Amino acid sequence: MAEAAVLDKDLLRVRDLHAWYGESHILHGMDFAVAEGEVATLLGRNGAGKTTTLRAIMGIAAQRRGSIRFGEEDLIGLPSNRIARRGIAYCPEERGIFASLTVEENLLLPPPVRPGGMSVEELYELFPNLAERRRSQGTKLSGGEQQMLAIGRILRTGARLLLLDEPTEGLAPVIVQQIGSLIRTLKRKGFTILLVEQNFHFAATVADRHFVVEHGRVIDRIRGDEIEGQLGKLHDYLGV
Amino acid sequence: MVESAPVIGADHALTPTLSRKRKRGDERMIPLLHIPPQALFGQLLLGLINGAFYAMLSLGLAVIFGLLNIINFAHGAQYMLGAFCAWFLLNLAGVGYWPSLVIAPIAVALFGIVLERAFLRWIYRLDHLYGLLLTFGLAIIIEGLFRQQYGSSGQPYSIPPELTGVWNLGFMFLPIYRGWVIAASAVVCFGTWFLIERTRLGAYLRAATENPVLVQAFGINVPRMVTLTYGFGVGLAALAGVLAAPIYQVSPLMGSNIIIVVFAVVVIGGMGSILGSIVSGFALGLVEGLTKVFYPEASSTVIFVVMAIVLLLKPAGLFGRAA
Repeated sequence: MAEAAVLDKDLLRVRDLHAWYGESHILHGMDFAVAEGEVATLLGRNGAGKTTTLRAIMGIAAQRRGSIRFGEEDLIGLPSNRIARRGIAYCPEERGIFASLTVEENLLLPPPVRPGGMSVEELYELFPNLAERRRSQGTKLSGGEQQMLAIGRILRTGARLLLLDEPTEGLAPVIVQQIGSLIRTLKRKGFTILLVEQNFHFAATVADRHFVVEHGRVIDRIRGDEIEGQLGKLHDYLGV
Repeated sequence: MVESAPVIGADHALTPTLSRKRKRGDERMIPLLHIPPQALFGQLLLGLINGAFYAMLSLGLAVIFGLLNIINFAHGAQYMLGAFCAWFLLNLAGVGYWPSLVIAPIAVALFGIVLERAFLRWIYRLDHLYGLLLTFGLAIIIEGLFRQQYGSSGQPYSIPPELTGVWNLGFMFLPIYRGWVIAASAVVCFGTWFLIERTRLGAYLRAATENPVLVQAFGINVPRMVTLTYGFGVGLAALAGVLAAPIYQVSPLMGSNIIIVVFAVVVIGGMGSILGSIVSGFALGLVEGLTKVFYPEASSTVIFVVMAIVLLLKPAGLFGRAA
């Protein structure tokens, strides 16, 4: 009974997820769940399958098998545009800022999929740099600003679950701190976030739950409040 | 090459004022250039009209290439289909020019949408060469069928009565229909540019040109957008065909005559560049017209010479983004 109650709170529930790119079998049965309002991370080395997991949830590119339950529905057979319409938004590792669009066009690009998204004014309040440069070409922004734009544009859509792929990669420590506080702000606003990270020191500051991924499987689960005691084990997992 | 339709009133293009002026005091200009101004303006106007067609056709090619990555060699055949559609509507159904201007592009666009769903969508992931061969084959089949039925000679299509006659511009006479073609083409080109560069729909299109996978992951039905974009580009070609029908006659080969030049225009403007295809379409029409005045022997090759020079100096084209 207790477990059923926990199940009910899960917004995303991935079961025995396999994924392939062409002939290469990348995910070998991923199993994890993210509860509503929670921030969870997928930790692991390069090539462990973290990005592929996000892409598989989003329905992009890879062939996939298994079960991806979002709320009441299984997403496994849907094309990515219909998955987005269910209320999931994706921020790719390479950020995906469009060079032929201005900052504002980039921000307005993802169409609202559900009511309750943030307004453009709120976003400009949250990211004043973007407001100043709204007429610039999207790719003329600094790396940190591009990351803010990539996250900002998916907050407008009303999506409940955000998939963020290495939002701190290649950014200066001060920007990493800003992104950390942004993620905590988003959690307070009720977003559910699944984060891919290699930087577990950063992950430890924002996440409620960590899934350690290796060879396309979840090999360990660590609660956010336990991570301090598990650092040795994490070092082994991540090879740092 | 588009052979110039009969030179527009070249013999009469002088207004009385100009001819008097020439008799009196303009001798200096004539020996200098050896060109009577009426011939110059006549050829410039012809160049502008050809340029209007180059611009509309290369615009459609640019839109299609940008999003679909397909070099649409059937574009000339689709232009021809537009003209024939107007001709059928007139001769089989008694539908005149103005309704045809709307009906023919829509009908040919629907045909394009069928082609996209049936053939093109299977080859997007393959090399450009496959799309080129497929659309080239489609063009040969379509043109062959029409040549079988209608021969190579053109069918006349008369200018609608509202647009017959000439305007006296002071320095030359402008046949009203030709003025209309230039104006209509300019409006269509500007409208398309505005749609793509300045609207939300255009932002989706530009974004999907860069990264279709991500745009689809934002919840936009990219495959449907691709289909409609192909239909739009094909419809533009057909609209150019309807506009061309009263000028060049309706002939199965009218498309293959113009399409090679249009591809040169696209390369000069920069593959996939919207503004580049419009500007270089009109500009190269004018260049061609000027060449007819100053060195007529080169008029059918000048565009290719320009293309060679542009490719040497700026391989991505005048308006192209470097790859």
